[in-house]
Amino acid sequence: MCAKKVDAVVIGAGWAGSILAKELTEAGLSVVMLERGDERATAVEGDYPTSIDELRGAIRHRLFQNMSKSTVTIRNTLDQEALPYRRLAAFLPGEGVGGAGLHWSGVHFRVAPDDLALRTNVVARYGKSFIPEGMNLQDYGVTYEELEPFFDKAEKVFGTSGEPYTINGKVVGKGNRFAPDRSDAFPLPAMGDVYSASLFRTAAASVGYHPYALPAANASAQYTNPYGAQMGPCNFCGYCSGYDCYMYSKASPNVNILPALRQDSKFTLITKAHVLKVNLDADRKKATGVTYLDLRTRKQVELDADLVIISAFQFHNVHLMLLSGIGQPYDPKQNTGTVGRNFVYQTITTSRAWLSPKQYTNLFVGAGGAGVAIDDFNSMNFDHGPLGFVGGSPVWVNQAGVKPIAAAVGGPGGKAPTWGEGYKDAMVDTYRHSLTIDAHGSNMAYRDVYLDLDPTYTNAYGQPLLRMTFNWKENDIRMNQYVVGKIEPVIKAMGATRYSLGMLKDGEVFDTRRYQTTHLGGGAVMGTDPKTSCVNRYLQSWDVSNVFVIGASAFPQGMGYNPTGMVAALAYWAAYHIRTTYLKNPGPMVQA
Amino acid sequence: MKLPSSTRRNFTAGLLGSTSFWIYGGHKVWADALQSESSRPYQPQYFTPEEWRFLNAACARIFPADAHGPDGAVLGAPEFIDRQMNTPYGHGELWYMSGPFRSGAPNLGYQLSLPPRDLYRQSIEAANAYARQLKGQRFDELEPSDQTALLKTFEQGKMMLGAVPAHTFFEQLRQNTLEGVFSDPLYGGNKGLAGWMLLGFPGARADFMDWVNQKGAPYPFGPVSISGETA
Repeated sequence: MCAKKVDAVVIGAGWAGSILAKELTEAGLSVVMLERGDERATAVEGDYPTSIDELRGAIRHRLFQNMSKSTVTIRNTLDQEALPYRRLAAFLPGEGVGGAGLHWSGVHFRVAPDDLALRTNVVARYGKSFIPEGMNLQDYGVTYEELEPFFDKAEKVFGTSGEPYTINGKVVGKGNRFAPDRSDAFPLPAMGDVYSASLFRTAAASVGYHPYALPAANASAQYTNPYGAQMGPCNFCGYCSGYDCYMYSKASPNVNILPALRQDSKFTLITKAHVLKVNLDADRKKATGVTYLDLRTRKQVELDADLVIISAFQFHNVHLMLLSGIGQPYDPKQNTGTVGRNFVYQTITTSRAWLSPKQYTNLFVGAGGAGVAIDDFNSMNFDHGPLGFVGGSPVWVNQAGVKPIAAAVGGPGGKAPTWGEGYKDAMVDTYRHSLTIDAHGSNMAYRDVYLDLDPTYTNAYGQPLLRMTFNWKENDIRMNQYVVGKIEPVIKAMGATRYSLGMLKDGEVFDTRRYQTTHLGGGAVMGTDPKTSCVNRYLQSWDVSNVFVIGASAFPQGMGYNPTGMVAALAYWAAYHIRTTYLKNPGPMVQA
Repeated sequence: MKLPSSTRRNFTAGLLGSTSFWIYGGHKVWADALQSESSRPYQPQYFTPEEWRFLNAACARIFPADAHGPDGAVLGAPEFIDRQMNTPYGHGELWYMSGPFRSGAPNLGYQLSLPPRDLYRQSIEAANAYARQLKGQRFDELEPSDQTALLKTFEQGKMMLGAVPAHTFFEQLRQNTLEGVFSDPLYGGNKGLAGWMLLGFPGARADFMDWVNQKGAPYPFGPVSISGETA
């Protein structure tokens, strides 16, 4: 074992890690960023035309985590035996430089301000008894006004395309009327509406909803960001989700941040470095650094650091905290501890509308972040009083580019056969003449939904796998059913020849075999009370003050919006307070 | 034959006719074109002759010949699957394959110790044994309608094929067949880009700057593969 010393070690080379590494080197610190996967360069992974390969990309999961080395186990209830998630399906964590920020789609939201204080808002409007038994509803401990400058900064780094509604309180555009006020415009104008999205826009407005262009980290025009990184205009090739963008149009850490970082002599990126644990001092109050496995030499390396940033994918953050003994693991029976508590997901269902044979929806045309949405049934934008559930869903047409294998394996939809006689007829009709509308909703936290270490299964390095205990709950199923019901009039207004509404069924059990979303959250949540949160409002560990845990792991609830915009803003927020407060006087920034 | 409605751009009008020819031309064109190409039939590298016959029959039932074009076997799905068996995927190197292997609720996903290549080997042998027991013949020797009926039995998931739930095997076969029909031809399937022609998928063109919204007009250009093959 050889020991080295740096100012800060950053674990994971995705968005959160890259943002922290950039900010900390700007503050003058020496930074080592450890990534367990491969180096990823857009000139290689995004090379045209070999990158335009569905089998290698989204089907064989080229840019995703290789499950053979490490995975999670999953069970639905506390009394079940968890079994390994052996094949990628329901969710797709990334691996390699850029992380999930390389294979994402690019939908780049801010946050619904009401969601940041959801418990306070629900109690104020409907009373404490409105919260269902067993739901761990809680606040983030930070306000939208505090985060606004960091949302603004992240959008400028990402080159985000969008249409504002208000700037500094003045209505300036046709953007989302439910969106919070902005201090500045989007750096780029909104992406154009593909045909299906334009139909949705007209139909949604005709039934009284308020359609808007999705904010997209897909560049609608050529752009140079504040770090000098350049993006090219998106050509709607449809290869966003699961791919490295060959046009340099989709924001990624690889394109938007790392080119600047790599030139900084204070920054070192080490790939194929699998962090085994964060090392703590004898009384577990301070981290001394990390131990990682060099996957090239198979040797363990100890790296000492004054500051440890845990910024891997959501559940890897929680896993690493549990493996390192940072904080107290959550126990659902005693309702004690916080690490692994409030593990959340999102409710996502897809409805399909078929148009006339004269209308070609050209589903292969698309951009991952673009589309038209409504927020009329998201967050607290509607009256939950008579409905009796917490949460909501934005609804959208987000035609991200449908490739033929995914379409064919998914089947034609409705009651059509998924193979054999009649399959091709139905598949041709669906691929040429249909469109899909998603309800992309929240998922609340519950006392018996959590993360801990599996008692049986281990990873390739002999460490226990992370265990997920997760199931759908009645509150979230009813929310999804209600919102999907609101899609029906839009489909009718489109003049669809037929349609099928996709929704969660009463008592539906979480199914790991079907892709839903990679928007996992929670498990190391932020808050103001160390009894119910792992990290304080600056994402600093309550227990080990020189450890910060950055990512969607900080979300106390699964929000209706896509998480990346919030993750980036929280990363800049935490970095700002590390730079302006923590580094001057290292120690807890909030007294427990 | 009715052509799709015209587009707003004159320069695409000429191409539209030829594309429509391919889209609506029926499968005779394909059968002829593919026959001339297939003078040297593919020799399977992984599957035995008996397994290979099973695979060809099953791919043809899952993706049958009809007015849209030839079946999955003609389009190279068996070749695709055979070639996949010698990749990391076929060897199960993309999956978590550490024990213990326990069965559980179906919604918790695949829990067998078999990588795809072993899954095929064991299941095909058991499927042929089942066909012999039921009808006195191997699967590939049955009438197509009997083959389809057998596949439906497997799909319904009420029986085992050796140690493998029949539904698990069927879904593997269905997914790999469709992957073969619709992936880039560099993997051995989608011969003549026929899978993409069927759907109207343009392949590796991947530039739709002018086609963001053409108000429902059909995209006028045929597909291109990664190697530059056109249809």
